[in-house]
Amino acid sequence: MSEEVTAEILTTHILELAQSGKRLDGRGPDEYRAVSVEPGFVVTADGSALARIGDTTVLSGIKLEVGKPFPDTPNAGVLTTNAELVPLSSPTFEPGPPTARAVEVSRVVDRSIRAAETIDLTKLCVTPSEKSWVCYVDIHVLEHGGNLIDAAQLAAVTALKHATVPAKRFGVGEADYPLEVQHVPIECTFVRLGDTIVVDPTFDEELAAQGRLTVATDEVGRVVAMQKGLVGAFSPDDVKEVVRRAFRHGDRLRALATGGPA
Amino acid sequence: MGSVGANDVPVLLSPEGLRIDGRRLDELRPIKIQAGALRQADGSAFVEWGANKVMAAVYGPREVHPRHLQQNNKAVIQCRYNMAAFSVDERKRPGVDRRSQEISKVIGEAFESVVFAEEFPRTSIDIYIEVLQANAGTRCAGLVAASVALADAGIPMVDLLPAVAVGKVAGAIALDLKKEEDNFGEADLPMALVPQSGRLVLLQMEGHMTEAELAQALDLGVRGCRDIYEKMKAALRERYALGPVGGGA
Repeated sequence: MSEEVTAEILTTHILELAQSGKRLDGRGPDEYRAVSVEPGFVVTADGSALARIGDTTVLSGIKLEVGKPFPDTPNAGVLTTNAELVPLSSPTFEPGPPTARAVEVSRVVDRSIRAAETIDLTKLCVTPSEKSWVCYVDIHVLEHGGNLIDAAQLAAVTALKHATVPAKRFGVGEADYPLEVQHVPIECTFVRLGDTIVVDPTFDEELAAQGRLTVATDEVGRVVAMQKGLVGAFSPDDVKEVVRRAFRHGDRLRALATGGPA
Repeated sequence: MGSVGANDVPVLLSPEGLRIDGRRLDELRPIKIQAGALRQADGSAFVEWGANKVMAAVYGPREVHPRHLQQNNKAVIQCRYNMAAFSVDERKRPGVDRRSQEISKVIGEAFESVVFAEEFPRTSIDIYIEVLQANAGTRCAGLVAASVALADAGIPMVDLLPAVAVGKVAGAIALDLKKEEDNFGEADLPMALVPQSGRLVLLQMEGHMTEAELAQALDLGVRGCRDIYEKMKAALRERYALGPVGGGA
């Protein structure tokens, strides 16, 4: 049961529906499933958020520790993103070292956070070359119902937005203080189903997909990261359309990430 | 959190016999059990136990992977206990460590003792426990979650497996230690009970207790397990009270 299979007939059905702009769950091509995000889900973390997109549930936790800057960036702190696709989250996941997919999720999420300069890493430096904060973004997938990237990224960004720097605990300051977040990138993922490009694919839609495209946008109108995945292709016009749609969805999802208790 | 120095032992037991969070010695932390918390798993449960948050999922009976573990006369029961990196104060390195391996093994063996595995030859019943937030007693919380998840998956068993740890704080035997008590406590004794037979299928102990204390601890633990047993049954009744099996999915 290690491989993911969708019945040929289901794939065909998904593709046929898409031709007339319909989807299996009744959504339109440009509709997300219900999205929610709950900051502060885990109190042992310095910041956390539980994001749900339809049947997909992802928990992200932030941990800050005092460590050493990398030799090539002596004036900056360290940001590390890690994703675990634990076997609890899907009948098709198995225990073991991170799979290529888990690595892809963590890297694509990491890229959006890094490229958008979500955190000013120079502010995480305590003593150049010697002491800096190491910010761990850990992503724990609890249920895989498709579109892991968006749920993981929303959870991660929301967790960062609500994170606290534990300065007192590490003896680096008098009091803990909120982690400063400069920008809030949001990733939106689309798949091609025939001639139709739909947002927020379900698990079955991802298996039927002929290409996947993720676009990260920020609140000042920048595209900060993109990732094409799966087998398939997108034309430049497709990409432009996807970017336009990503900005619109991004604004809405950003409000969820930045809302809630500060 | 974490700022407590080594010599800074908090007052674990007040003169009135109340513990750090106001509980009596024989009192459990608040426990919330939700049967059927995930949609894709064959069975699942989410347990909030004090400040512990634990999710468990059960898959199977299904094909055995890796194949060579397959047994011709019964199902193999594979259990994986895992802690999220952010579930504890000091970030835990993701992945399997020796502690998780041991806990996975003893929990798996506890379930092997109650599941009718011979009804499903050449299959695997996979139990996954994810600790999302930890505050002492995660193996018991995980076991309780997994037990409800097994029932939710419709796996035939002798009985549910309630579990709890008993410890010793400030010289007194106490039920269900929380983190501060565990850190500064003098003993820890987790157990899982088969309520029907009154037998324990998981039992570990670390620390020091006299023979009398141990006997007292076992009695206290069994009583705690029986209370938890009622909560587990209530969670399953709630899940299946309305509508057909799997309703809502």
